[in-house]
Amino acid sequence: MKTIDQLAAEHGFFEGLPDAVTALVAGCGSNVAVPAGDYVLREGAPADRFFLIRHGSVALEFYRPGSGPQTFMTLGAGDVLGVSWLVEPYVWHHDGRAVEPLRAVAFDAQCLRAKCDAEPAIGYALMRRFVPALVDRMHAARLQALDVYGAPT
Amino acid sequence: MRPPLAPVPLRVRACRQETAEAVTLVLAAGEERTGFGQPGQFNMLAPLGIGEAAISLSGPPTSPDLEHTVRSVGAVSEALRRMRPGDWVGVRGPYGFGWPIDLARGQDVVLVAGGIGLAPLRPAIEMVLDERAAFGRVLLLYGARTPADRLFLADLERWRSRPDVDVAVSVDYAEPGWQGRVGFVTAMLPQLRVDPARTVAFACGPEVMMRAVATALQARGIRKSAIFLSMERNMKCGVGTCGHCQFGPYLVCRDGPVFAYDRLADLLPVREI
Repeated sequence: MKTIDQLAAEHGFFEGLPDAVTALVAGCGSNVAVPAGDYVLREGAPADRFFLIRHGSVALEFYRPGSGPQTFMTLGAGDVLGVSWLVEPYVWHHDGRAVEPLRAVAFDAQCLRAKCDAEPAIGYALMRRFVPALVDRMHAARLQALDVYGAPT
Repeated sequence: MRPPLAPVPLRVRACRQETAEAVTLVLAAGEERTGFGQPGQFNMLAPLGIGEAAISLSGPPTSPDLEHTVRSVGAVSEALRRMRPGDWVGVRGPYGFGWPIDLARGQDVVLVAGGIGLAPLRPAIEMVLDERAAFGRVLLLYGARTPADRLFLADLERWRSRPDVDVAVSVDYAEPGWQGRVGFVTAMLPQLRVDPARTVAFACGPEVMMRAVATALQARGIRKSAIFLSMERNMKCGVGTCGHCQFGPYLVCRDGPVFAYDRLADLLPVREI
């Protein structure tokens, strides 16, 4: 059975992270499994974790009264799930539902924030991974909103 | 050999409705088939009396028929979309340079398609799969507007069922109940696990999508010279004479439509061209 250190190091999101930093971060991690259909995140609930998805997929959704849940993005193996743990007030801004059985490494946010405060190099190393992921997603969301596959007008 | 600008009348053998807006015309090419091109090349299709449009080949190169997939965006493409079996269409070509499949041999192959852009990639995918052992990992990432806008559903299922191909499909908008992925096609690129030093990528779709794809692939270490984009411009003559499809120093019909990204990277952000 692999340790959290090994699972984290194997995940693309932590690729290139120094072993010592991975080990420190992994100290806040645990394995989680979520059945298909269950919610991993709930809008308004405390953003107390983030996840490195190893298997399965998660639909990020907004609930629209009268329409039901509306998926705006799906994340899968190799992705990181959850960034609201980085930003006050540390609450989820949308729902996250496992579409397929999910296996992930979950990292406790309070534990990680404490380590980042105590050792800014850890925070910097994590930011260097979260910020590109956020920029990629923001850019993708812009193109998604542009409806580029529609007929030219 | 046919004169380069002389259309050959071909009969429409079948029309496959791919989506509400897109149809695949199956043309009975017969012994003319081998003269009508390789994956990534295009033919000029002329519904009689309407005009001409440059349409990429979308059928397997081994098929005895000629296939072109058309989405209605103007008078000519609408006339093509409305064609029925037994109609005649003028065809001249093939023109341009297609996908450099030989260059991809021995390497991982990443194919990224957006919208109708899956059509020009379809024959390349089939050609790679026909000689599957000659290539490393094969990954197809396909983005469509909605689930109903996905092209070639039977092909997607067939490709997905193979253990030696990774197929990921994502849509920009989905109704409740859709179990597949949602998100722009570039959102799937961070999960790409290939050896960038031995990867060749082919991308086809709206230009704004291809710019984003090429940038993202490059950021993952794939060389510009190993990323190939199929450009679309308003092509009239198809043979590099009229200049309608000029793109900087290039004529897309003559020098493309498939270009290595290292030839385009400095030109794509320039809106004046």
